[in-house]
Amino acid sequence: MSTRPERAFPAQVASEGLAIGRIALRRMRSLAAIAKGTAEEEGARLEAARLAAAAQLERLIDRAEEEAAAILEFQSALLGDDELLGPVRRLIAEGEAAAAAWQRILDQQAADYQAAEDEYFRARALDLADLRDRVVELLAGGSEDETAAEQGAIYVGVDLAPSRFLELDWESYRGGAVVRGSSAGHVAILARARGIPLVVGLAATESMLIDGAEAILDAEAGQLIQDPSAETRARYQRRAAEREVEARAQAAHLGKPALTRAGERVVTYVNVDDPRALPAVDPATCDGVGLTRTEFLFSGEGGLPGEGRQFAAYKALLQWAQGRPVTIRTLDAGGDKPIAGLTLDGESNPFLGLRGLRLSLARPDVFRVQLRALARAAVEGDLKVMLPMVTRPQELDATRALFRKAVSELVAEGIPAAMPKLGMMVEVPAAALNIAAFDADFYSIGSNDLVQYVTAAGRDCEAVSDLYDPLEPGVLELVHRVAEHGRLTGREVSLCGDMASDPRYLAALLDAGLRAVSVAPARLARVKAQIAAYG
Amino acid sequence: MPDASERSIVITHEVGLHARPSVKLTKLAKSFDAEIRVRGEGAEDWVDAKSIVRVMGLKLRMGTTIFFKADGPDATQALEALVGLVERDFDEHAA
Repeated sequence: MSTRPERAFPAQVASEGLAIGRIALRRMRSLAAIAKGTAEEEGARLEAARLAAAAQLERLIDRAEEEAAAILEFQSALLGDDELLGPVRRLIAEGEAAAAAWQRILDQQAADYQAAEDEYFRARALDLADLRDRVVELLAGGSEDETAAEQGAIYVGVDLAPSRFLELDWESYRGGAVVRGSSAGHVAILARARGIPLVVGLAATESMLIDGAEAILDAEAGQLIQDPSAETRARYQRRAAEREVEARAQAAHLGKPALTRAGERVVTYVNVDDPRALPAVDPATCDGVGLTRTEFLFSGEGGLPGEGRQFAAYKALLQWAQGRPVTIRTLDAGGDKPIAGLTLDGESNPFLGLRGLRLSLARPDVFRVQLRALARAAVEGDLKVMLPMVTRPQELDATRALFRKAVSELVAEGIPAAMPKLGMMVEVPAAALNIAAFDADFYSIGSNDLVQYVTAAGRDCEAVSDLYDPLEPGVLELVHRVAEHGRLTGREVSLCGDMASDPRYLAALLDAGLRAVSVAPARLARVKAQIAAYG
Repeated sequence: MPDASERSIVITHEVGLHARPSVKLTKLAKSFDAEIRVRGEGAEDWVDAKSIVRVMGLKLRMGTTIFFKADGPDATQALEALVGLVERDFDEHAA
């Protein structure tokens, strides 16, 4: 046990959980701290970093899915290209440090792509930045991630890129704490899906943190405790034991359909934010996918995704589901999810602006590509397509017409296509109040937005967070109203917002008549256990 | 390369000369001893077909004609193979 005093660093919870272990301090070293060597030494440094980066990429390519592998192969080919390395070596020979020379040449290349006319080539600038950073990290001596983590290590660093998150061995690491990032970020989503405790926004600098120190990652309250006292340690050990018991009890429910105490069936779907998290989920533990956020396709590398790339992603989801229904939401950009080149900049109130289906209908060129990809996917399994931010019945009708047109065009081209079930998100109060006017095949309540629109309290606005209350009677009244309409007309009504995953709210939703929910995969066991105890 | 052989072909691949097709093309070019150069329709400069930086730098889209020339003992086979790769849409089946 250390003689240093206990020290707690506050942070935001990105993925709930608890880990007791040792701090593994990663890549907080800066380039400035590294002394520049002679031209020969710098040249040798570059060569070593280049070879190490190539080896990392090879390992990643082996594990990557096709789409990602294509990008990694491009990066790997760049590392072997003398046309790229020649200028870097020349700068080093002229006396520049390896990292500076490498950065300069890669930035020049990236600028060239940035200036391209074609969206695809413009997006390659990101690949060059990715490759640039990978080699720079290695030059800074940051290859330590690659050495296997000790059992029970807690990853502590400045940042954690999604690709890095996927590389790490989460059997050895028990959790992570990073200085940057947000709880809505991509890594947070991946961590939640896999149930790995993660905090972001850690209020600590490198000099405060001690590599190898005992630590408790409290991703319940949101803090990293370094050198915990015997008392603190004992308290968290008790809490960890409690969690263990809870998890084991919940896991018993995972393989069974969710039934209330009265024996009433509740459909339990999973939400898919990023399909890369899916291999860890057994499709037999759920009733299918209740929400796929297709923004993952649009916000990543590669610019706006083409029809082929979208189709491949949708088809992979349907294959994973093995015949179970898969609900895919059309692009829900705008609001707090801007997409460069697509959403409007400078809207005074983006949550009330051109977002969701409104944006798709305003950009038929982009929407058409997604509808075609979805129509092609509809022949591959039980596909349900869901439209976000529907406000008026006309929007639903207009989309159905566009969809039919896409299907008939594809069929005329000799490409197999079909019309999927077409449903709507219920998140705009006007739609919830007028639900009977919407002839949708199914309804899914988007509680995150519904709550903020009903309470007029922004979900990202801390000053009014007490008003952003999912249990507000007005919210529950609307949930009840929509559920009742579904019951009377024989159409499914589910709820896919965070409310369903939260143990504080689930019972109220069941009380309101809801009999289908869609939750984060890591929350499935807990939700099923709670349903079993309901009634 | 005055006596180099030359061939041209239209790119029919859906997305054009993107990352993966470019990687395949440069890998194939590297498997030959011949010096192989490539240029896109409308461009004057020939670039090294074995360099990914150069080939991707052409930023060729579907429907563009791509020109190859090769010089060396296996030049004929190299051109045959490269034209074949473009013809077969880089062995990718647009999903």
